[in-house]
Formats: sequence, structure tokens, C-alpha cells
Amino acid sequence: MKIGAIAGITFKEAKRDRILYLLFFFAALGIVASRVLAVLTVGDRVKIIKDVGLASISVFGVLMAILIGTGLVYKEIDKKTIYTLLAKPLYRAEFILGKFVGLVLTLFVMTAAMTLIFLAIVYAHTLKIEGSLLVAVAYIFLELVLITAVAILFSSFSTPILSSLFALAFYLIGHLSWGLELIIKKMEAGAGKVLVQGLYMILPDLENFNFRTEVVHGLPIPPGIYLSSFLYGVCYTAFILGLAVLIFRRRDFI
Amino acid sequence: MADAIRIKNLQKKFRVGFIPKPREILKGITFSVREGETFGYLGPNGAGKTTTIKCLLDLIHPDAGTIEILGRPHSQPRSREALGFLPENPYFYDYLTAREFLSFTADLFGLGRAEKDERIARLLELVGLERAADLPLRKYSRGMLQRAGLAQALINDPKLVVLDEPLGGMDPLGRKEIRDIIVRFKDEGKTVFFTSHILQDIEMICDRVAIIVGGRIVKEGGLRDLVSEKVLFTEVTVSGLPPQAFEGLGESVSAQGDRVLLKVYDEALVDAVVHLIHDRKGRLIALSPRTETLEDIFVDTVTRT
Repeated sequence: MKIGAIAGITFKEAKRDRILYLLFFFAALGIVASRVLAVLTVGDRVKIIKDVGLASISVFGVLMAILIGTGLVYKEIDKKTIYTLLAKPLYRAEFILGKFVGLVLTLFVMTAAMTLIFLAIVYAHTLKIEGSLLVAVAYIFLELVLITAVAILFSSFSTPILSSLFALAFYLIGHLSWGLELIIKKMEAGAGKVLVQGLYMILPDLENFNFRTEVVHGLPIPPGIYLSSFLYGVCYTAFILGLAVLIFRRRDFI
Repeated sequence: MADAIRIKNLQKKFRVGFIPKPREILKGITFSVREGETFGYLGPNGAGKTTTIKCLLDLIHPDAGTIEILGRPHSQPRSREALGFLPENPYFYDYLTAREFLSFTADLFGLGRAEKDERIARLLELVGLERAADLPLRKYSRGMLQRAGLAQALINDPKLVVLDEPLGGMDPLGRKEIRDIIVRFKDEGKTVFFTSHILQDIEMICDRVAIIVGGRIVKEGGLRDLVSEKVLFTEVTVSGLPPQAFEGLGESVSAQGDRVLLKVYDEALVDAVVHLIHDRKGRLIALSPRTETLEDIFVDTVTRT
């Protein structure tokens, strides 16, 4: 109930943010422009539309999560609205979770809107709706949920600019860390390998949520991967949120 | 009578500056607020009043000491179930209307729909915001925000109301209205804990006060125990006589036109002054004995500490 109230107010606040609509405009532009790109490129036009469309949903979704998420908690502290809230019988964890749910709800609406435009463009070319595209979008959304948790974590102790940089770094590292897996395979056993293995364990691997290549090119996906990627996303998000709550609980609001 | 607030040996340090240096803000605060009383918490700027309130509400974690709110440790959110709080310079979500904001705060207490609607309507009427209820809060004046803040503090019909400078930024009429509301709390049996710089207001409505200076409570007690009935001096305003006429009887404070304001410290000399005015055909305009006020005690305590 209390988390719902905070989530509702967060959703109301987020949907007033002009950045959200600006990013949505560019995402829609990207999806629509994929049609133009398809005309100019040699190869399967539909594949290019799908690839560019899914990439647009992912990139602009991440930007929405980072740019709005990093300001959410900070703004409450900066504008001192938090004094009134935390003076109510509210756990600080409920506040963080409410903020998280509110932004996830906002991103859900935005992702759904972007997906509708994307599916309409694909339908105009193929005259059919492919379920696999929805699976790819669902995992993009799961990645956005994790990025939202990361943005809120940084927002609970840092300024929006620094938090945005940290969250962006998390996103980039997350998409490059799979390279460590290759390094581990080529390394000889020893302290170095253990160190890299440890690093790989700690660093996020956001490629777990990337089914774009498989979906666009119609490659087979082992069914177990869906479940493991889903569990990875849920556990990592819970871990990051737990960390955010831990930091937020220790804070003094001077 | 049970204690609504019980604070024991509250201590808090902040680290400030580029090379953080600890600065002791609260140096072992101890006091209690009894249920049903109106308690004024006074102190000069930077004395630690707001820090005490923030510790009470668990917005700041104390370094040492204990705080109990209505018998529960302050760190439990449940201790705030029967508490209402109005912050100094209230900041709210400015895109919400007062009605929406009150509805949101009611949701934080888990109030049902019917109860929520009834309370919101009653509170908007109480603070005089019925007409502005559907305007966004960003269009509110400071006084109106203060009223909206008071309404949200009362949404849970609290037993204990904590008000940080509730009369700041209000015009005289608004101040009177808020003061009347605080007096009404007392009649309803609510406990009120509030800070204010406006000592006349505190004197008018408080049962007990505590004065904090430099992070320590330097005076605490019932208002009647602190403020004596003893006449400090008598102010006499006279016209038609020069100040020199009263030499040896009182101190001439000001002379404007043919009016002289005298301070007579010895009560026995007041009669002599009145006779002198009568005998020398002067005119007595005003004569008022000045008893000790809270302001006198406050200024005396702060300057001595």
C-alpha cells in the first residue's frame, strides 16, 4: 500500500519529465528511420528494421532509466520533500522500493509504446506479428529494470550527474564484460585466472539479456537460457536494490 | 501522566569542511514532553532545535542517547503512526494540488477511501484552503503552503504534533489562525511540541518550555515557574514636563515632542512620580507595570550562556 502510494507519485512525477518525451521522440524516430536505412542497405530489409528497431528500444530505454532514475531520490533530498515522507510511519526500504516500482512502471509504459510503433513498422513489411520479437523486448525490459535499480542505487548517495556517469559506466561494462569470459578460457590456471574469474563474477553481464541477434536472424535459443537470464536479472536487481536500501538507511538527512 | 516524548542524553556530531572536522551539535540533550501538554522548544539560530527534531523523526541518526515517542523507540516507523509533523519551510510536490497531496499522505497511513475523503474535506476547512484545494501547490503563497503543511500533519489525527517554526512566514492574521488551531489541539488532548522564534506566541500557548543554547538544554520548566509575576519596572508616559523634572525618580528613556517616556524601577517611587505630574500640571498619558516575559528570560539565558 505504502510502496504503491510512493510508486504512484513517482510515476506522476516521471511522466511530467520532458526528457522522457524527448527520448521517446528520438526512439520513435530511430524505429521509423530503420525503414529508410533498410532501403539504403544491401541485405534483408526486414532484418535491418528489426535490428535497428530493437536497438532503439534498448538504447533509449536505458537512457530513460538512467536520466530519470538518477534524479529520483536526489531530488527528494534536494527539495526536502523527503522530510515530510520519512516523518510518516514508512520504512526507508519502502521509500526506495516505491521509487523503483514507480520508475519501472513508467519504463513499462514507454517500452510498450515504443514496441507498438516497432511492431507496426515490422507488420507493414511482413504482415505478421512475431512472438519472438516480444521475447527480445521482454528481456530488454528486464535489463531496463536492472539499470533502474542501479540508477536508484547511485542516486541514493550521489548527485544526478555523477550518478548518470556511474550508471552509464555500469551499462557499458555490463555489455563488454563477456570479453572476460573469452579471456578466462584462454588463460592458464593460476592466480591471474582466479582474479579474472572473480572480476567476471562481480561485474554485471548484461549480454545475458541480449537476444536480439538470435531473434533477428532466426537462430535457435536453448530454452534453459531464458530461465537463467531471467533469474540472473531478478537476483542482480534484488542485490542492487538491497545495496541501495542499505546505503539509504544509514544516511542522515541534514 | 505518561510522556509523549522522552529524550535522554541525545548527542550528535557532524563532520564539516573539505578536511572533515567534527562539530558537536547536540551535547547530551535530556527532556520529556508529557502527554496532553503544549511544549515550546526555544533557542537561537544554530542552537540545535531542528537537529533535535530530525533526530526525533529518525531523519538523522544520533551518535548517542535514546528517544522514545509515545512509549516506542523512535527508530521504529510504528512510533510515528500517531505523530504529525510540519517541517520548517514545508516543501511538497509542487505539481500536486492540496487535495491530491493530502490523498497521497493519507495513503501512507493506509486510510480507507471514505475516511480519507472525510478527513481531507475536514482538514481543508480547518486550515481554510477549501477554495484553493484544487490548485497546484506551486501557485500557493508561503502562508498557504504552511496551511497545507499543517493539514498533512493532521491527516492521521495524531496524538502528538511536532511543528518546526509553524508561525514563520505567516501574516498576523494567519499567525492568529494557526495559533488558534494549536490551542484547539490542546482542547482535543493532543500533545504539541513546537519550535518558534516568536516568543509572544510561545508564551501565549505553551504549558512548558525548554531553552537550548549551543547544543545543551539550559533551562526547562513550566512557563508559570519560569516567568515570575514580579514587576520589573513601570513605564510612565508623560507630556508637558521636561525629563529633568524626574531626576532621581526614574530613568528617562526617550523624549519626543513634549512626551517623555520614563522607566521607574522602584515601585515605591511610582506614586511620587504621579504626584509630581499632578502638582506641576503635567499630563499622565500611560502607566504600565512590566512584568518579566519569556523574552526577558530567553535573552538573559542566551546572553549569559
